[in-house]
Amino acid sequence: MSPSQKLNAPKSDSFILSNVRLVDPAAGIDGPRELWIENGKVREVAEKGALTKSGAAKGNELPELVDGKGLTCAPGLVDVHTHLREPGFEYKETIGSGTLAAAAGGFTSVLCMANTNPVNDNPYVTKYIISQAEHHAHVRVYPVGALSKGLKGEQLAEIGKMRDAGIVAVSDDGIPVMNSYLMRKALDYCKTWDLPIISHAEDANLVGQGVMHEGFHSNCLGLRGIPAESEEIIVARDIALARLTGGRVHFAHLSTRQALEHVRRAKQEGLRITCEVTPHHLVFTDEDVSDYDSNFKMAPPLRTHADVTVLKDALKEGVIDCIATDHAPHAPRDKDVLFEFAANGVVGLETAWSVGVGLIDEGVLSISKLIEVLAVNPSRLAGIPAGTLKAGSLADLMLTDLGAMNDFSSASLNSKSKNSPWLGKKLKGRVVATFVEGKCKWNS
Amino acid sequence: MAWLNRSLIETRKLGEQEIRQVLKRAGELKKLWRGWRGTEFPHLSLRGRTVVNLFFEASTRTRSSFELAARRLGAHVLNLHPEASSVTKGETLFDTARNLEAMDPDLLVLRHASAGAPYQLSKILKIPIINAGDGFHEHPTQALLDLFTIEEAKGSAKGLNVLIVGDIAHSRVARSNIYTLRTMGARVSVCGPPSLMPPLARELGVAEVFHDLRKGIADADVVMMLRVQLERQNQMQFPSLGEYSRFWGLNADTVQSLKKGAIIMHPGPLNEGVEISQEVASGPYSVILNQVNNGVIIRMALMDLIFDGGSKAGGDRRRG
Repeated sequence: MSPSQKLNAPKSDSFILSNVRLVDPAAGIDGPRELWIENGKVREVAEKGALTKSGAAKGNELPELVDGKGLTCAPGLVDVHTHLREPGFEYKETIGSGTLAAAAGGFTSVLCMANTNPVNDNPYVTKYIISQAEHHAHVRVYPVGALSKGLKGEQLAEIGKMRDAGIVAVSDDGIPVMNSYLMRKALDYCKTWDLPIISHAEDANLVGQGVMHEGFHSNCLGLRGIPAESEEIIVARDIALARLTGGRVHFAHLSTRQALEHVRRAKQEGLRITCEVTPHHLVFTDEDVSDYDSNFKMAPPLRTHADVTVLKDALKEGVIDCIATDHAPHAPRDKDVLFEFAANGVVGLETAWSVGVGLIDEGVLSISKLIEVLAVNPSRLAGIPAGTLKAGSLADLMLTDLGAMNDFSSASLNSKSKNSPWLGKKLKGRVVATFVEGKCKWNS
Repeated sequence: MAWLNRSLIETRKLGEQEIRQVLKRAGELKKLWRGWRGTEFPHLSLRGRTVVNLFFEASTRTRSSFELAARRLGAHVLNLHPEASSVTKGETLFDTARNLEAMDPDLLVLRHASAGAPYQLSKILKIPIINAGDGFHEHPTQALLDLFTIEEAKGSAKGLNVLIVGDIAHSRVARSNIYTLRTMGARVSVCGPPSLMPPLARELGVAEVFHDLRKGIADADVVMMLRVQLERQNQMQFPSLGEYSRFWGLNADTVQSLKKGAIIMHPGPLNEGVEISQEVASGPYSVILNQVNNGVIIRMALMDLIFDGGSKAGGDRRRG
């Protein structure tokens, strides 16, 4: 495989992509294929050479041929956890820059969280986001509506109206819903539309003024700690409420062994529980905070090596449904400050795929499993048309060079913000091209 | 041997030799200071230098101690106490520090309420930094002066039982002392209510965690009392100063359990009648004022090493 694998992008949204390895777990495919894309949809998926040769033999006029030699093709990735920061925080990210980062990372659909300014807690903001996306987005944008008005955790937001305007899930992400009664009622209420509630599971009181995982390293650094139990408590509570209401709970960014244990049991019980893990929680630990580097500060915090091992096992066993980036752009003025004052979160759209490739190399996941957690399950969770390239589906796809090695630096980032813990590291696996509805949105 | 650290940010990574080097220089300077009767101190190793004391937290004692140390060695001293209101955000600190450095000082002494402030500054500044206390993280010069005081009283710290009593979880003095004393071969235990003990105390290098003061001090050669304050945010950690004092305060009664020859220390300022009674603080076991006296000496020794590199020659004004 050439390290400078490139793609000659097609001129229209009708073309034949030949010579690729297609990984489409929803169709049970992992092998050499040709894809016929027509008018932005997948017209046909055929064995290698079948279209090009038979078509030529029949004398049909074939569309443009795009040679994907050496590349792996998969359904476009779906991120159920992105912060696009628009409206209100355009100095950190915009729908334009965030979705360009998404395209560069192989994502063709993203769910954007509601903690904008104004908060996406009403249909007008939802419509604004969708309208901005129509004009500026490089990939599909699906807004997540706030659970409570102003993310204050007091009154329900206008979930029904927002749903009509286009939200696909409900969440106060960034702020835990501490009022159990409100959470219970939200779960009840959302059953009307079968909307999932994305839970940011941290007990705010137990977190207190904590800024990193509570343990040996917080102790040494003199930083206030956040015990793992702060996550466990809310996960256990929300599982109980899911049992009580029959509602759908999706846990965002789980980070601890204890939380995963509760989710595992809830799934065995048959409750409607799903969960995600972020790439950074799969790679880094509290030990990485030792330089007071705020690119390792996020909520929930980086945990221990033991937790990382459990997260990987849970991925392997299917207890974790999705890898979601929690892409959280922050400008230097938010991050380049003392650790305890630094904003939480890191950008992740442009590194997630490489982290996934790392998991393949480590033997944690097969490539099919990886596509399941990065595309198939996320689409199912959000109820959006994505996650497969079967004939008839939208031609949202990504092409990757699995063997390419990249030096990752802030110059590599298309996101407006550069707060990545991977700066200065080597990453394996490059996204070569990303197509949304047959149109090339990213071509490295 | 040249002093290897241009800055002193934390004691956790200091080796025995480096600590020994500071103590040795402190011993020499103390002798010189005590014996000096002339008009000009014979060791003006900081002559012409500028030391900036940047104290974001109020501290009369530590700031004075650094100032006196620098002045005795001949330095100019600039004392800065930025308004608390302008320092709630860390960006102000970085900005202030960059501006200060542009004025060509030679040394920055920093006290800040945020753990990691001196470390983070050391990444962006070229001049050496002495950490005069950062959040709950470290207070290295306090630990060094405490060690110097212990050695004066007991000969050596090696093999001594040291008990630190108080809010260990939120104490930079405790952390720096645990690291330093462990490195020098002492056995360090802690004592206080469990709600004020750090998680995984033993991983910090603590030998034993006591909750009963009498049991704790029974074997101690050195008892170090920490200042206890009751602020609104820690009222969930213990209910009242009165209750604290009753169980973990050192008074004439509890002192009865002390070993003969033991010493009592306190980093100051005292909360008399809370963690320590007035009669104990000024009683025969107490070496609290020796600590204050040695504080200036230790800080002289450190600055002297930073600028003199341990040699008589003195270095270039702008090296490094």
